[in-house]
Amino acid sequence: MTPTRLDKVATKVIEVFVACVVLILLFLLSTILIQGVPHLSWHFLTSPSQSFAAGGGIVDQLFNSLYLLVLTLLISLPLAIGSAVYLNEYASDNWLTGLLRTAIEVLSSLPSVVVGLFGYLLFVIHFHFGFSILSGAIALTFFNLPLLTRSIEGALAAISDTQREAGLALGLSAWRTIRGVILPAALPGIVTGVILSAGRVFGEAAALIYTAGQSAPVVNYTNWNPLSSDSFLNPMRPAETLAVHIWKVNTEGVTPDAVSISAGASAVLIIVILLFNFLARLIGRHLYRKMTGNSNK
Amino acid sequence: MSMLTTENLHLYYGQKEALKGIDLAFEAQTMTALVGPSGCGKSTLLRCFNRMNDQVSNAKITGSIWFDRENVNGPAISLVTLRQKIGMVFQQPNPFPFSVYDNVAYGLRLAHSLPKAVIDERVETALKQAAVWDEVKDHLTENAMGFSGGQQQRICIARLLAVLPKVILLDEPTSALDPISSAKIEATLMQLKRDYTIIIVTHNLQQAARISDRTVFMLDGNVIESGPTQTLFMTPENQQTSDYLNGKFG
Repeated sequence: MTPTRLDKVATKVIEVFVACVVLILLFLLSTILIQGVPHLSWHFLTSPSQSFAAGGGIVDQLFNSLYLLVLTLLISLPLAIGSAVYLNEYASDNWLTGLLRTAIEVLSSLPSVVVGLFGYLLFVIHFHFGFSILSGAIALTFFNLPLLTRSIEGALAAISDTQREAGLALGLSAWRTIRGVILPAALPGIVTGVILSAGRVFGEAAALIYTAGQSAPVVNYTNWNPLSSDSFLNPMRPAETLAVHIWKVNTEGVTPDAVSISAGASAVLIIVILLFNFLARLIGRHLYRKMTGNSNK
Repeated sequence: MSMLTTENLHLYYGQKEALKGIDLAFEAQTMTALVGPSGCGKSTLLRCFNRMNDQVSNAKITGSIWFDRENVNGPAISLVTLRQKIGMVFQQPNPFPFSVYDNVAYGLRLAHSLPKAVIDERVETALKQAAVWDEVKDHLTENAMGFSGGQQQRICIARLLAVLPKVILLDEPTSALDPISSAKIEATLMQLKRDYTIIIVTHNLQQAARISDRTVFMLDGNVIESGPTQTLFMTPENQQTSDYLNGKFG
Protein backbone atom coordinates (compact mmCIF):
# COMPACT_ATOMS: atom_id res chain seq x y z
CA MET A 1 0.00 0.00 0.00
CA THR A 2 1.28 3.46 -0.83
CA PRO A 3 1.66 6.00 1.97
CA THR A 4 -1.13 8.23 0.62
CA ARG A 5 -3.48 5.29 0.34
CA LEU A 6 -2.57 4.10 3.83
CA ASP A 7 -3.24 7.59 5.14
CA LYS A 8 -6.68 7.63 3.52
CA VAL A 9 -7.56 4.22 4.94
CA ALA A 10 -6.38 5.19 8.42
CA THR A 11 -8.41 8.41 8.29
CA LYS A 12 -11.53 6.47 7.24
CA VAL A 13 -11.06 3.92 10.04
CA ILE A 14 -10.70 6.69 12.62
CA GLU A 15 -13.78 8.42 11.26
CA VAL A 16 -15.78 5.21 11.63
CA PHE A 17 -14.69 4.90 15.27
CA VAL A 18 -15.69 8.47 16.00
CA ALA A 19 -19.02 7.95 14.26
CA CYS A 20 -19.63 4.88 16.47
CA VAL A 21 -19.11 6.92 19.64
CA VAL A 22 -21.36 9.72 18.45
CA LEU A 23 -24.06 7.31 17.26
CA ILE A 24 -24.12 5.43 20.57
CA LEU A 25 -24.52 8.71 22.44
CA LEU A 26 -27.20 10.00 20.08
CA PHE A 27 -29.06 6.68 20.25
CA LEU A 28 -29.06 6.70 24.07
CA LEU A 29 -30.06 10.33 24.39
CA SER A 30 -32.78 10.18 21.79
CA THR A 31 -34.25 6.94 23.18
CA ILE A 32 -34.40 8.33 26.70
CA LEU A 33 -35.80 11.67 25.59
CA ILE A 34 -38.31 10.27 23.09
CA GLN A 35 -39.65 7.79 25.63
CA GLY A 36 -39.56 10.15 28.58
CA VAL A 37 -40.50 13.62 27.42
CA PRO A 38 -44.16 12.75 26.61
CA HIS A 39 -44.66 11.78 30.26
CA LEU A 40 -43.36 15.10 31.56
CA SER A 41 -45.90 17.54 32.89
CA TRP A 42 -46.11 20.23 35.50
CA HIS A 43 -48.10 17.77 37.63
CA PHE A 44 -45.33 15.13 37.31
CA LEU A 45 -42.64 17.59 38.42
CA THR A 46 -44.58 19.07 41.32
CA SER A 47 -46.42 16.18 42.99
CA PRO A 48 -45.05 13.59 45.42
CA SER A 49 -44.50 9.99 44.34
CA GLN A 50 -47.10 7.27 44.94
CA SER A 51 -46.27 3.82 46.22
CA PHE A 52 -49.29 1.94 44.87
CA ALA A 53 -51.59 4.22 42.93
CA ALA A 54 -50.89 5.70 39.53
CA GLY A 55 -50.24 9.39 38.89
CA GLY A 56 -47.30 9.93 41.24
CA GLY A 57 -44.71 12.61 40.60
CA ILE A 58 -41.06 13.17 41.46
CA VAL A 59 -40.98 16.47 43.33
CA ASP A 60 -39.32 15.06 46.48
CA GLN A 61 -36.77 13.05 44.54
CA LEU A 62 -35.84 16.02 42.38
CA PHE A 63 -35.42 18.24 45.42
CA ASN A 64 -33.46 15.53 47.28
CA SER A 65 -31.06 15.19 44.37
CA LEU A 66 -30.41 18.91 44.29
CA TYR A 67 -30.10 19.23 48.06
CA LEU A 68 -27.72 16.29 48.23
CA LEU A 69 -25.69 17.85 45.45
CA VAL A 70 -25.40 21.15 47.31
CA LEU A 71 -24.37 19.42 50.55
CA THR A 72 -21.85 17.23 48.73
CA LEU A 73 -20.26 20.26 47.09
CA LEU A 74 -20.20 22.11 50.40
CA ILE A 75 -18.15 19.29 51.88
CA SER A 76 -16.03 18.30 48.91
CA LEU A 77 -15.22 21.67 47.34
CA PRO A 78 -13.08 23.08 50.21
CA LEU A 79 -11.30 19.73 50.55
CA ALA A 80 -10.67 19.51 46.82
CA ILE A 81 -9.44 23.10 46.52
CA GLY A 82 -7.16 22.58 49.51
CA SER A 83 -5.60 19.41 48.19
CA ALA A 84 -5.31 20.75 44.65
CA VAL A 85 -3.58 23.90 45.87
CA TYR A 86 -1.24 21.80 47.98
CA LEU A 87 -0.41 19.40 45.15
CA ASN A 88 0.06 22.04 42.50
CA GLU A 89 1.51 24.99 44.41
CA TYR A 90 3.32 23.75 47.50
CA ALA A 91 4.26 20.11 47.18
CA SER A 92 7.59 19.22 45.66
CA ASP A 93 7.92 16.05 43.63
CA ASN A 94 8.76 13.41 46.19
CA TRP A 95 7.47 10.07 47.44
CA LEU A 96 4.77 11.74 49.55
CA THR A 97 3.15 13.56 46.65
CA GLY A 98 3.54 10.40 44.58
CA LEU A 99 1.65 8.53 47.27
CA LEU A 100 -1.02 11.24 47.40
CA ARG A 101 -1.55 11.14 43.67
CA THR A 102 -1.77 7.36 43.69
CA ALA A 103 -4.28 7.54 46.54
CA ILE A 104 -6.38 9.97 44.55
CA GLU A 105 -6.29 7.75 41.47
CA VAL A 106 -7.27 4.66 43.46
CA LEU A 107 -10.07 6.57 45.15
CA SER A 108 -11.36 7.75 41.79
CA SER A 109 -11.50 4.21 40.44
CA LEU A 110 -13.37 2.71 43.42
CA PRO A 111 -16.68 1.23 42.25
CA SER A 112 -19.47 3.45 43.57
CA VAL A 113 -21.36 0.51 45.04
CA VAL A 114 -18.31 -0.25 47.19
CA VAL A 115 -18.24 3.38 48.32
CA GLY A 116 -21.95 3.05 49.13
CA LEU A 117 -21.53 -0.11 51.21
CA PHE A 118 -18.55 1.38 53.01
CA GLY A 119 -20.63 4.47 53.81
CA TYR A 120 -23.44 2.21 54.99
CA LEU A 121 -21.19 0.32 57.42
CA LEU A 122 -19.31 3.35 58.70
CA PHE A 123 -21.79 6.22 58.76
CA VAL A 124 -25.23 4.66 58.69
CA ILE A 125 -24.49 1.83 61.15
CA HIS A 126 -21.36 2.65 63.13
CA PHE A 127 -21.82 6.40 63.56
CA HIS A 128 -25.63 6.06 63.82
CA PHE A 129 -26.26 8.65 61.13
CA GLY A 130 -28.96 6.34 59.77
CA PHE A 131 -30.13 6.51 56.18
CA SER A 132 -29.75 10.21 55.76
CA ILE A 133 -28.83 13.00 53.41
CA LEU A 134 -25.69 13.51 55.50
CA SER A 135 -24.54 9.88 55.06
CA GLY A 136 -25.27 10.20 51.36
CA ALA A 137 -23.38 13.47 51.04
CA ILE A 138 -20.31 12.01 52.74
CA ALA A 139 -20.38 8.92 50.53
CA LEU A 140 -20.72 11.13 47.46
CA THR A 141 -17.80 13.22 48.71
CA PHE A 142 -15.59 10.11 48.64
CA PHE A 143 -16.73 9.52 45.16
CA ASN A 144 -16.50 13.12 43.97
CA LEU A 145 -13.33 14.30 45.74
CA PRO A 146 -10.70 12.68 43.49
CA LEU A 147 -12.26 13.92 40.26
CA LEU A 148 -12.81 17.38 41.63
CA THR A 149 -9.26 17.56 43.02
CA ARG A 150 -7.81 16.53 39.69
CA SER A 151 -9.84 18.98 37.66
CA ILE A 152 -8.98 21.86 40.00
CA GLU A 153 -5.33 20.83 39.96
CA GLY A 154 -5.48 20.92 36.17
CA ALA A 155 -7.01 24.39 36.23
CA LEU A 156 -4.23 25.62 38.54
CA ALA A 157 -1.50 23.99 36.47
CA ALA A 158 -2.79 25.81 33.39
CA ILE A 159 -1.92 29.18 34.96
CA SER A 160 1.44 30.34 33.66
CA ASP A 161 4.37 30.40 36.09
CA THR A 162 5.01 33.99 35.02
CA GLN A 163 1.98 34.92 37.13
CA ARG A 164 3.50 33.28 40.21
CA GLU A 165 6.81 35.04 39.55
CA ALA A 166 4.99 38.36 39.17
CA GLY A 167 3.36 37.94 42.57
CA LEU A 168 6.52 36.84 44.34
CA ALA A 169 8.63 39.57 42.73
CA LEU A 170 6.14 42.13 43.97
CA GLY A 171 6.76 41.02 47.54
CA LEU A 172 3.58 38.98 47.90
CA SER A 173 3.82 35.84 50.01
CA ALA A 174 3.17 32.52 48.30
CA TRP A 175 -0.27 32.36 49.90
CA ARG A 176 -1.15 35.92 48.85
CA THR A 177 -0.12 35.11 45.31
CA ILE A 178 -2.23 31.97 45.29
CA ARG A 179 -5.29 33.55 46.87
CA GLY A 180 -5.12 36.87 45.09
CA VAL A 181 -3.79 35.94 41.66
CA ILE A 182 -3.68 32.22 40.89
CA LEU A 183 -7.11 31.17 42.21
CA PRO A 184 -8.99 34.03 40.50
CA ALA A 185 -7.14 33.34 37.27
CA ALA A 186 -8.00 29.63 37.53
CA LEU A 187 -11.63 30.32 38.41
CA PRO A 188 -13.10 29.59 34.96
CA GLY A 189 -11.44 26.16 34.91
CA ILE A 190 -12.45 25.47 38.51
CA VAL A 191 -16.09 26.38 37.86
CA THR A 192 -16.18 24.13 34.81
CA GLY A 193 -14.73 21.26 36.83
CA VAL A 194 -17.23 21.77 39.66
CA ILE A 195 -20.24 21.81 37.36
CA LEU A 196 -19.12 18.74 35.43
CA SER A 197 -18.55 16.82 38.65
CA ALA A 198 -21.97 18.04 39.81
CA GLY A 199 -23.44 16.27 36.80
CA ARG A 200 -21.85 13.01 37.85
CA VAL A 201 -22.97 13.39 41.45
CA PHE A 202 -26.49 14.19 40.31
CA GLY A 203 -26.76 10.97 38.37
CA GLU A 204 -25.19 8.69 40.98
CA ALA A 205 -27.40 5.90 42.38
CA ALA A 206 -25.34 2.97 43.65
CA ALA A 207 -23.47 4.92 46.32
CA LEU A 208 -26.74 6.35 47.62
CA ILE A 209 -28.96 3.27 47.88
CA TYR A 210 -27.25 2.22 51.11
CA THR A 211 -26.51 5.67 52.48
CA ALA A 212 -29.23 8.20 51.67
CA GLY A 213 -31.79 5.42 51.60
CA GLN A 214 -34.61 4.48 49.29
CA SER A 215 -37.51 6.20 50.91
CA ALA A 216 -38.79 9.71 50.40
CA PRO A 217 -40.76 10.63 53.51
CA VAL A 218 -43.26 13.42 53.18
CA VAL A 219 -41.52 16.69 53.93
CA ASN A 220 -42.84 20.12 54.61
CA TYR A 221 -41.42 22.66 52.15
CA THR A 222 -42.45 25.56 54.34
CA ASN A 223 -40.55 24.45 57.43
CA TRP A 224 -37.20 26.20 57.20
CA ASN A 225 -35.80 24.84 60.47
CA PRO A 226 -33.15 22.24 59.48
CA LEU A 227 -33.38 20.64 62.93
CA SER A 228 -37.06 19.88 62.67
CA SER A 229 -37.80 16.30 61.58
CA ASP A 230 -40.26 17.14 58.81
CA SER A 231 -38.29 20.09 57.43
CA PHE A 232 -37.15 19.75 53.83
CA LEU A 233 -33.74 21.01 54.95
CA ASN A 234 -33.23 18.39 57.68
CA PRO A 235 -29.96 16.62 56.70
CA MET A 236 -30.70 13.63 58.96
CA ARG A 237 -33.78 12.46 57.09
CA PRO A 238 -33.66 9.63 54.55
CA ALA A 239 -33.83 10.92 51.02
CA GLU A 240 -34.42 8.98 47.86
CA THR A 241 -32.86 10.79 44.91
CA LEU A 242 -34.01 10.84 41.33
CA ALA A 243 -31.47 8.26 40.19
CA VAL A 244 -32.30 5.94 43.08
CA HIS A 245 -36.01 6.41 42.35
CA ILE A 246 -35.50 5.28 38.76
CA TRP A 247 -33.67 2.20 39.98
CA LYS A 248 -36.35 1.42 42.57
CA VAL A 249 -39.32 1.92 40.29
CA ASN A 250 -37.72 -0.44 37.80
CA THR A 251 -36.81 -3.18 40.28
CA GLU A 252 -39.66 -3.21 42.77
CA GLY A 253 -42.16 -0.65 41.56
CA VAL A 254 -45.77 -1.82 41.95
CA THR A 255 -47.53 1.27 40.66
CA PRO A 256 -49.39 0.59 37.41
CA ASP A 257 -47.59 3.47 35.70
CA ALA A 258 -44.09 2.43 36.81
CA VAL A 259 -42.79 2.34 33.26
CA SER A 260 -43.87 5.84 32.41
CA ILE A 261 -42.62 7.20 35.75
CA SER A 262 -39.23 5.64 35.12
CA ALA A 263 -39.11 7.00 31.59
CA GLY A 264 -40.15 10.48 32.67
CA ALA A 265 -37.73 10.55 35.60
CA SER A 266 -34.88 9.39 33.34
CA ALA A 267 -35.65 12.17 30.90
CA VAL A 268 -35.59 14.74 33.72
CA LEU A 269 -32.28 13.36 34.97
CA ILE A 270 -30.70 13.51 31.52
CA ILE A 271 -32.05 16.99 30.84
CA VAL A 272 -30.68 18.32 34.14
CA ILE A 273 -27.26 16.76 33.48
CA LEU A 274 -27.21 18.20 29.95
CA LEU A 275 -28.10 21.57 31.45
CA PHE A 276 -25.15 21.23 33.84
CA ASN A 277 -22.85 20.54 30.91
CA PHE A 278 -24.03 23.48 28.86
CA LEU A 279 -23.95 25.69 31.93
CA ALA A 280 -20.36 24.61 32.60
CA ARG A 281 -19.30 25.68 29.13
CA LEU A 282 -21.25 28.89 29.21
CA ILE A 283 -20.05 30.03 32.63
CA GLY A 284 -16.52 28.82 31.99
CA ARG A 285 -16.31 30.74 28.74
CA HIS A 286 -17.89 33.83 30.25
CA LEU A 287 -15.52 33.84 33.22
CA TYR A 288 -12.54 33.18 30.98
CA ARG A 289 -13.44 36.17 28.85
CA LYS A 290 -13.93 38.28 31.93
CA MET A 291 -10.60 37.24 33.43
CA THR A 292 -8.54 37.62 30.27
CA GLY A 293 -10.50 40.61 28.99
CA ASN A 294 -10.26 40.66 25.22
CA SER A 295 -12.44 43.72 25.37
CA ASN A 296 -10.28 46.07 23.33
CA LYS A 297 -7.19 46.30 21.17
CA MET B 1 27.50 55.66 46.38
CA SER B 2 26.91 52.01 45.81
CA MET B 3 23.34 50.87 46.14
CA LEU B 4 24.02 47.19 45.75
CA THR B 5 27.30 45.31 46.27
CA THR B 6 28.12 41.66 45.77
CA GLU B 7 31.00 39.97 47.56
CA ASN B 8 32.41 36.68 46.35
CA LEU B 9 28.97 35.55 45.20
CA HIS B 10 28.77 31.90 44.14
CA LEU B 11 25.71 30.06 42.97
CA TYR B 12 25.47 26.31 42.39
CA TYR B 13 22.69 24.42 40.66
CA GLY B 14 23.39 21.03 42.19
CA GLN B 15 26.97 20.28 41.09
CA LYS B 16 27.09 22.94 38.42
CA GLU B 17 28.61 26.26 39.40
CA ALA B 18 26.63 28.97 37.64
CA LEU B 19 28.21 32.03 39.30
CA LYS B 20 31.90 31.74 40.11
CA GLY B 21 32.63 34.48 42.62
CA ILE B 22 31.04 37.76 41.55
CA ASP B 23 32.33 41.03 43.03
CA LEU B 24 30.41 43.99 41.69
CA ALA B 25 29.14 47.34 42.91
CA PHE B 26 26.04 48.95 41.41
CA GLU B 27 25.83 52.73 41.63
CA ALA B 28 22.65 54.52 42.69
CA GLN B 29 20.68 56.39 39.97
CA THR B 30 22.59 54.49 37.34
CA MET B 31 21.53 51.98 34.74
CA THR B 32 23.84 48.99 34.53
CA ALA B 33 23.50 46.49 31.70
CA LEU B 34 24.47 42.84 32.15
CA VAL B 35 25.52 41.37 28.82
CA GLY B 36 27.02 38.11 27.69
CA PRO B 37 26.15 34.98 25.71
CA SER B 38 23.27 32.71 26.69
CA GLY B 39 24.03 30.68 29.79
CA CYS B 40 26.73 33.06 31.05
CA GLY B 41 24.84 33.58 34.32
CA LYS B 42 23.56 37.13 33.81
CA SER B 43 19.90 36.27 34.50
CA THR B 44 20.94 34.07 37.40
CA LEU B 45 22.89 36.99 38.87
CA LEU B 46 19.92 39.32 38.41
CA ARG B 47 17.67 36.88 40.25
CA CYS B 48 20.07 36.81 43.20
CA PHE B 49 19.27 40.43 44.04
CA ASN B 50 15.62 39.81 44.91
CA ARG B 51 16.18 36.19 45.94
CA MET B 52 14.08 34.75 43.11
CA ASN B 53 16.53 31.84 43.01
CA ASP B 54 14.87 30.68 46.24
CA GLN B 55 12.23 29.14 43.99
CA VAL B 56 14.82 26.84 42.43
CA SER B 57 15.02 23.86 44.75
CA ASN B 58 18.60 22.79 44.05
CA ALA B 59 20.19 26.25 43.96
CA LYS B 60 22.74 27.00 46.66
CA ILE B 61 24.23 30.44 47.17
CA THR B 62 27.34 31.53 49.08
CA GLY B 63 28.79 35.00 49.52
CA SER B 64 27.03 38.26 50.30
CA ILE B 65 24.92 40.89 48.59
CA TRP B 66 24.79 44.18 50.48
CA PHE B 67 21.73 46.37 50.13
CA ASP B 68 20.78 49.09 52.62
CA ARG B 69 23.47 47.84 55.02
CA GLU B 70 21.79 44.44 55.10
CA ASN B 71 22.92 41.15 53.62
CA VAL B 72 20.29 40.01 51.12
CA ASN B 73 21.45 36.43 51.66
CA GLY B 74 21.29 36.78 55.43
CA PRO B 75 18.75 34.93 57.54
CA ALA B 76 17.21 38.10 59.01
CA ILE B 77 16.08 39.61 55.72
CA SER B 78 12.35 39.98 55.06
CA LEU B 79 11.63 38.79 51.53
CA VAL B 80 8.46 40.86 51.40
CA THR B 81 10.29 44.11 52.21
CA LEU B 82 13.25 43.19 50.04
CA ARG B 83 11.09 42.54 47.01
CA GLN B 84 9.17 45.76 47.52
CA LYS B 85 12.45 47.69 47.52
CA ILE B 86 13.93 45.68 44.65
CA GLY B 87 11.29 45.22 41.97
CA MET B 88 11.56 43.01 38.91
CA VAL B 89 10.30 43.15 35.32
CA PHE B 90 10.29 39.92 33.32
CA GLN B 91 10.86 38.95 29.72
CA GLN B 92 7.21 38.06 29.16
CA PRO B 93 4.86 40.85 30.25
CA ASN B 94 2.95 39.31 33.15
CA PRO B 95 0.17 41.59 34.33
CA PHE B 96 -2.33 39.99 36.68
CA PRO B 97 -5.68 39.11 35.11
CA PHE B 98 -7.25 42.17 36.74
CA SER B 99 -8.09 45.67 35.61
CA VAL B 100 -5.23 48.09 34.92
CA TYR B 101 -6.06 49.95 38.11
CA ASP B 102 -6.09 46.83 40.27
CA ASN B 103 -2.82 45.62 38.77
CA VAL B 104 -1.04 48.74 39.93
CA ALA B 105 -2.94 49.05 43.22
CA TYR B 106 -2.65 45.38 44.22
CA GLY B 107 0.82 45.36 45.73
CA LEU B 108 0.16 48.76 47.24
CA ARG B 109 -3.02 47.69 49.04
CA LEU B 110 -1.27 44.69 50.55
CA ALA B 111 1.82 46.60 51.60
CA HIS B 112 0.11 49.45 53.43
CA SER B 113 -3.42 50.32 54.37
CA LEU B 114 -3.87 53.62 52.58
CA PRO B 115 -6.93 55.77 51.99
CA LYS B 116 -8.50 55.40 48.55
CA ALA B 117 -7.50 58.90 47.47
CA VAL B 118 -3.82 58.17 48.17
CA ILE B 119 -3.99 54.89 46.27
CA ASP B 120 -5.66 56.66 43.33
CA GLU B 121 -2.89 59.21 43.30
CA ARG B 122 -0.10 56.64 43.55
CA VAL B 123 -1.63 54.57 40.75
CA GLU B 124 -1.75 57.65 38.54
CA THR B 125 1.80 58.66 39.42
CA ALA B 126 3.13 55.15 38.77
CA LEU B 127 1.37 54.89 35.42
CA LYS B 128 2.73 58.32 34.45
CA GLN B 129 6.26 57.35 35.50
CA ALA B 130 5.95 54.23 33.38
CA ALA B 131 4.83 56.45 30.48
CA VAL B 132 1.65 54.50 29.88
CA TRP B 133 -0.85 56.84 31.57
CA ASP B 134 -2.01 58.57 28.40
CA GLU B 135 -2.81 55.25 26.78
CA VAL B 136 -4.69 53.68 29.69
CA LYS B 137 -6.21 56.58 31.63
CA ASP B 138 -9.60 56.09 29.97
CA HIS B 139 -9.44 52.32 30.33
CA LEU B 140 -8.40 51.87 33.97
CA THR B 141 -11.20 49.40 34.67
CA GLU B 142 -10.42 47.22 31.67
CA ASN B 143 -8.49 43.99 32.01
CA ALA B 144 -4.75 44.54 31.67
CA MET B 145 -4.42 41.34 29.61
CA GLY B 146 -6.32 43.05 26.81
CA PHE B 147 -3.60 45.61 26.06
CA SER B 148 -0.67 45.26 23.66
CA GLY B 149 2.53 43.58 24.84
CA GLY B 150 4.38 46.88 25.15
CA GLN B 151 1.55 48.44 27.12
CA GLN B 152 1.37 45.38 29.34
CA GLN B 153 5.08 45.63 30.01
CA ARG B 154 4.77 49.28 31.00
CA ILE B 155 1.79 48.42 33.23
CA CYS B 156 4.07 45.86 34.90
CA ILE B 157 6.69 48.59 35.41
CA ALA B 158 4.01 50.85 36.92
CA ARG B 159 2.91 48.01 39.18
CA LEU B 160 6.36 47.79 40.77
CA LEU B 161 6.88 51.58 40.86
CA ALA B 162 3.69 51.93 42.92
CA VAL B 163 5.28 50.17 45.91
CA LEU B 164 8.17 52.70 45.84
CA PRO B 165 11.22 50.55 45.10
CA LYS B 166 14.82 51.71 45.11
CA VAL B 167 16.14 49.23 42.60
CA ILE B 168 14.52 47.97 39.40
CA LEU B 169 15.70 44.69 37.90
CA LEU B 170 14.80 43.98 34.29
CA ASP B 171 15.27 40.55 32.72
CA GLU B 172 15.34 41.12 28.94
CA PRO B 173 12.26 43.32 29.17
CA THR B 174 11.99 44.05 25.45
CA SER B 175 12.99 40.77 23.83
CA ALA B 176 9.34 39.68 23.49
CA LEU B 177 8.27 43.04 22.04
CA ASP B 178 8.23 44.66 18.62
CA PRO B 179 10.75 47.46 17.86
CA ILE B 180 8.30 50.32 18.43
CA SER B 181 7.19 48.98 21.81
CA SER B 182 10.84 48.33 22.69
CA ALA B 183 11.74 51.92 21.90
CA LYS B 184 8.97 53.15 24.21
CA ILE B 185 10.21 50.92 27.03
CA GLU B 186 13.75 52.21 26.49
CA ALA B 187 12.54 55.82 26.63
CA THR B 188 10.68 55.01 29.85
CA LEU B 189 13.80 53.49 31.38
CA MET B 190 15.88 56.53 30.40
CA GLN B 191 13.47 58.66 32.46
CA LEU B 192 13.44 56.25 35.38
CA LYS B 193 17.21 55.98 35.77
CA ARG B 194 17.28 59.52 37.17
CA ASP B 195 15.49 58.32 40.28
CA TYR B 196 16.16 54.61 40.49
CA THR B 197 19.02 52.17 40.40
CA ILE B 198 18.39 50.02 37.35
CA ILE B 199 20.00 46.71 36.41
CA ILE B 200 19.01 45.33 33.02
CA VAL B 201 19.87 42.00 31.48
CA THR B 202 19.85 42.23 27.72
CA HIS B 203 20.81 40.18 24.69
CA ASN B 204 20.71 43.25 22.57
CA LEU B 205 24.13 44.95 22.60
CA GLN B 206 22.81 48.03 20.78
CA GLN B 207 20.24 48.41 23.52
CA ALA B 208 22.93 48.20 26.21
CA ALA B 209 25.01 50.79 24.35
CA ARG B 210 22.02 53.10 23.86
CA ILE B 211 20.58 53.24 27.34
CA SER B 212 23.02 52.01 30.00
CA ASP B 213 25.61 54.02 31.90
CA ARG B 214 27.68 51.05 32.91
CA THR B 215 28.03 47.62 31.36
CA VAL B 216 29.09 44.32 32.86
CA PHE B 217 30.27 41.61 30.48
CA MET B 218 29.89 38.09 31.79
CA LEU B 219 31.12 34.79 30.44
CA ASP B 220 30.69 31.32 31.85
CA GLY B 221 29.74 32.46 35.37
CA ASN B 222 32.52 35.08 35.65
CA VAL B 223 32.58 38.82 35.26
CA ILE B 224 35.13 39.40 32.51
CA GLU B 225 34.98 43.16 32.40
CA SER B 226 32.89 45.96 33.79
CA GLY B 227 33.01 49.72 33.45
CA PRO B 228 31.37 52.76 31.89
CA THR B 229 29.41 51.66 28.83
CA GLN B 230 31.30 54.01 26.48
CA THR B 231 34.68 52.77 27.59
CA LEU B 232 33.70 49.11 27.54
CA PHE B 233 32.24 49.31 24.04
CA MET B 234 34.94 51.57 22.54
CA THR B 235 38.08 50.40 24.23
CA PRO B 236 37.55 47.04 25.92
CA GLU B 237 40.55 45.94 27.93
CA ASN B 238 39.90 42.24 27.63
CA GLN B 239 40.26 40.31 24.37
CA GLN B 240 37.17 38.17 25.14
CA THR B 241 35.05 41.31 25.64
CA SER B 242 36.29 42.68 22.37
CA ASP B 243 35.58 39.41 20.56
CA TYR B 244 32.06 39.23 21.98
CA LEU B 245 31.25 42.85 21.17
CA ASN B 246 32.50 42.32 17.65
CA GLY B 247 30.28 39.29 17.18
CA LYS B 248 33.06 36.71 17.07
CA PHE B 249 31.08 34.44 19.42
CA GLY B 250 27.81 34.35 21.39
